[in-house]
Amino acid sequence: MPYPIIEHKYDVVIVGAGGAGLRATLGMAEKGLTTACVTKVFPTRSHTVAAQGGISAALGNMGSDDWRWHMYDTIKGSDWLGDQDAIEYMCREAVPALIELEQYGVPFSRTEEGKIYQRPFGGMTTDYGKGIAQRTCAAADRTGHAILHTLYQQALKHKADFFIEYFALDLIMDLEGVCQGILALNIADGTLHRFSAHRVVLATGGYGRAYFSCTSAHTCTGDGNAMLLRANLPLQDMEFVQFHPTGIYGSGCLITEGVRGEGGFLTNANGERFMERYASNAKDLASRDVVSRAMTIEIREGRGIGPYRDHIHLHLEHLGPEIIKERLPGIAESAQIFAGVDVTKQPIPVLPTVHYNMGGIPTNYYGEVLTLKDGNPDRVVQGLMAIGECACVSVHGANRLGSNSLLDIIVFGRAAAIRCAQQLVRNAPHRPLSLQAGQAALERLDRLRHNKGHLSVADIRLNMQRTMQQHAAVFRTGDSLAEGLQKITDIHRSFAHVQINDHSLIWNTELIEALELENLLVQAVVTLKSALNRTESRGAHAREDYPSRDDERWLKHSLAWCNDQGQITLDYRPVHMYTLTTEVEVIPPRPRVY
Amino acid sequence: MAKFTLPPHSVIQKGHTVNHLDNPQHPKKFIIYRWDPNTGGQPRTDTYEIDLAHCGPMVLDALLKIKNEIDSTLTFRRSCREGICGSCAMNIDGTNTLACTKAIADIKGPVKIYPLPHLEIMRDLVPDLTYFYSQYASIKPWIQVHTALPPDHEMLQSKQDRAKLDGLYECILCACCSTSCPSYWWNGDRYLGPAILLQAYRWIMDSRDEDTGERLDNLEDPFRLYRCHTIMNCTNTCPKGLNPAKAIAEIKKMLVQRR
Repeated sequence: MPYPIIEHKYDVVIVGAGGAGLRATLGMAEKGLTTACVTKVFPTRSHTVAAQGGISAALGNMGSDDWRWHMYDTIKGSDWLGDQDAIEYMCREAVPALIELEQYGVPFSRTEEGKIYQRPFGGMTTDYGKGIAQRTCAAADRTGHAILHTLYQQALKHKADFFIEYFALDLIMDLEGVCQGILALNIADGTLHRFSAHRVVLATGGYGRAYFSCTSAHTCTGDGNAMLLRANLPLQDMEFVQFHPTGIYGSGCLITEGVRGEGGFLTNANGERFMERYASNAKDLASRDVVSRAMTIEIREGRGIGPYRDHIHLHLEHLGPEIIKERLPGIAESAQIFAGVDVTKQPIPVLPTVHYNMGGIPTNYYGEVLTLKDGNPDRVVQGLMAIGECACVSVHGANRLGSNSLLDIIVFGRAAAIRCAQQLVRNAPHRPLSLQAGQAALERLDRLRHNKGHLSVADIRLNMQRTMQQHAAVFRTGDSLAEGLQKITDIHRSFAHVQINDHSLIWNTELIEALELENLLVQAVVTLKSALNRTESRGAHAREDYPSRDDERWLKHSLAWCNDQGQITLDYRPVHMYTLTTEVEVIPPRPRVY
Repeated sequence: MAKFTLPPHSVIQKGHTVNHLDNPQHPKKFIIYRWDPNTGGQPRTDTYEIDLAHCGPMVLDALLKIKNEIDSTLTFRRSCREGICGSCAMNIDGTNTLACTKAIADIKGPVKIYPLPHLEIMRDLVPDLTYFYSQYASIKPWIQVHTALPPDHEMLQSKQDRAKLDGLYECILCACCSTSCPSYWWNGDRYLGPAILLQAYRWIMDSRDEDTGERLDNLEDPFRLYRCHTIMNCTNTCPKGLNPAKAIAEIKKMLVQRR
């Protein structure tokens, strides 16, 4: 059956309409570039909407602060795997980017003086680790919702074109490896759309759904990451998967770190505030990887709570109903619905839950995609950018600090728009696409739609999620990772036997789920392979057989390519151990203690 | 004698019943609206019986279980599964709500699931919300400031002024309220409906916004605003506990007061 293809031409095409995608979209449109945003869900349904606690920026509204302190905290949080030029850029630009965001209309909570309210968050300190910073700007505990809706409103104001409920299938690359556009499927009517663009910006988010239990939405399937691998480009640092300490036991729904920022704390079965033993200074506000490991050890050593001794309690009863109502109303609602808990009276049962992917598409601080080619580790892929969780700039290194991800999406969404406005000529003619452009993606779609097999999408997905949950967990060992890699390779191969029962082209969600699963599988393979390869412990990657950080061998980014057969090639890029300006000095690696 | 013709696809037929259960511990029936645009014809309701002993607590968990294990063609929207994205709005047990936060245990007898009422259906539980979204854009739901912005700090807003936005900004645009409103059913082409009016009021109430007058001018219209007849379905059904009816009443009051 022939598929009609509808052609579009834009200066910029952005794939994804979460915070990063929308910030870039409105920035490009504002600067007069013709801009299309292609998204598989209506923009305000993107998972940025679920971010709760806040967005960091050294505004100093609630005590003295300095972007250099923020930079130090971020580097230490990253366990020195973050690129220091990019971290400098993010922490410095945080301040103007935040002011801009408020002026777009975000309904931030306020201080008595009418300034943006800021709360403490894990790993955020003053004076290079000496005090606790109040740096995280909040709109109660619905900061992501407030920001995402505001960004969509601004994109409407600037009249960007939206292609809503369109699923991006693949990048269109020319023979020289320049990105020329994308091919996308309109979910509503099955039409195919070929977009030509001078710049394609991937803003497709993380791939939390590779795991069984995650805080991520069903739609967090890392489609852009997989598109990149299919274009023979590498992903970076994919072994680093963040477990959020406080997912609700059972459902995995997020409870913000802001609870601990406002004075909440964790206890074990003995009622002990155990974090004091693991992080004597920061206690419950240590970095997420540190808290998640501590909780896992408590449970493992038999001090977990409940009949199966398999979870931990998060207390906020002592904060009082007033503070909870003003600052944490959303999590009070979530805890009631998903745990049946009245947080003014009872603790919330919680468990470390997959939350964020530090790894992704390697980029520089302009948002341009990089690859390692001919010995150059910073070779720019022409025509292609990546921003937000799908990107690995890398500002989060081996572990992201809470409230640095909303910052990441805003700063680099903005940076991408600034870069395009400088480099692109408005309405310049497009180079013609080759006749084959998008053909491979189309064939993949058609093959999948009519595939005859014996395995359902749901079965393969469950196999993958269980394998990832078991083998790429908070703690890892070489044996378990090797076993996991073997299993996931087999599961990846089993996708050849998937059976799609729905052949319709109108709202065929089974087909979309199959495409998403195919995307997840390849990322799962890359994650396990990269994790097995890195024989050290750093940030979120905790190897029990290699318990220390090894800067001599491993102070470098992992790169992973994956070919059509699922075979993986690994290589490395150096960490940028230099700053952008002379206003701040490089922070050399030190032991990481909270 | 006058004859009436029902619009196409409006007579719901009884569909298939699927029950694969052996010795279920907690059997529960789900009766679900189905319409396939490929085959056309009238919609139907299919009945699925599942064992709640092996199912999550929410209606969305049951829908996912049915799609994963029984009928992969069942079509619905879902994303966050925690009541913040608004994707899985549908009519459950006679009320518009979010499938992800609606507990199965709260429903006696079979669980009846239909799409949001009075919208064009694209397939099964997926309605077309294009017009709803264009109504949202029509109220210019973005901040309007004409005086110079402070160059190096945020606009100031007192805690009291910020508190006026509570109960307004939290809307997730799920459309549960608008599609529960009989007035919106009749005049949805010209009446903005509760969700959009709540957002109009959110901007009227924002102390930083300088277009209050224009915003009120645009609402002073027999259809856009005044088709609200205080039926209150909107407030009763809102899955986030917001009160659009009150916001609409406040807008009407402001229009009277400024005369």
